[in-house]
Amino acid sequence: MNKFIIPLIAFALLVVVLAVGVKHSPENTIVPSALVGHPAPEFNLPELLEPGTTVSSSELKGKPYVINVWATWCVTCRIEHPVLVQLKQLGQVPIIGINWRDEDDLARQWLAEFGNPYTHVPVDKEGRAIIDLGVTGAPETFLVNSKGIIVHRHVGALSLEAWKKDFEPLIRADLGTAANAAGSAAPGPT
Amino acid sequence: MMRTFIVALLLVLLAPACFAIDPTTLPDPVLQERYSRLTHEFRCVKCVQQTVADSPGEVSEDLRRQVREMLLAGKTDDEIRDFMVARYGEFILFKPRYSARNMWLWLLPSVLLIAGGIIAFRIVRQRSALVAQDDEPIDEDIVR
Repeated sequence: MNKFIIPLIAFALLVVVLAVGVKHSPENTIVPSALVGHPAPEFNLPELLEPGTTVSSSELKGKPYVINVWATWCVTCRIEHPVLVQLKQLGQVPIIGINWRDEDDLARQWLAEFGNPYTHVPVDKEGRAIIDLGVTGAPETFLVNSKGIIVHRHVGALSLEAWKKDFEPLIRADLGTAANAAGSAAPGPT
Repeated sequence: MMRTFIVALLLVLLAPACFAIDPTTLPDPVLQERYSRLTHEFRCVKCVQQTVADSPGEVSEDLRRQVREMLLAGKTDDEIRDFMVARYGEFILFKPRYSARNMWLWLLPSVLLIAGGIIAFRIVRQRSALVAQDDEPIDEDIVR
């Protein structure tokens, strides 16, 4: 009896180790983001919507916002686009659409044709801002809170379901704490 | 016939050269060598099982541009690795670095080898002791 206990325990341990390994196999999974929980990287890029001007991340501080990485060559972005237009109509947070490795004319044409859900469209032709964001492909969407921290990352086409499930609670929580902070900072009646 | 065959074979063998992903040549052969080594160290973040050097993906192209620029700007290999890890996590390195988190990955094989060696040694010693004990009585039995 005693003779079998040690091999049995060893075998059980091996099963656990292998099960964990299989479950966390990198195959077909999303590259984990190193940036969730960290400050959103700074950027200063040309603005597609107003040629000749630039848009900088410092303009966005103080309020939660969404960064969406898109391109006209990206097929999934086309599928995702109506969802972004719907989100714009909801008007919860501004959406910044980083236009990645694209041609300005095509990008403008796309927005004219399918509607523009973005408040700013920074143009990132060389993929500098997207590398700073740890982007692995388009489309990819980030939620930045009012303190400028990336609190969520969504890889692939965004859906309303994913928005309601993953983004909305975080936005509500952020706006709640921001309001409390503003309330306590405001001078009370004397 | 033979000549046609050789030409065909050469064409097939040379074909991959036409599909080379990365046309980069840096002015300095030392930089080129480092560039090639680093891009083979990084995992393509989109295709996951390829290296940044072998991947035709858009992100990999941008990452190669990044490595190129950092090399030309005089950054060290470690600075470039740190830059990538800060953005994409340890996952981007095909060969993980030694850290407290994955320490057991590096140590476990040696621990198992030593433990196995000790167990094997003890078993062998036990058995040889048994053989030494049994030697004489068995011989007497046979003689009788």
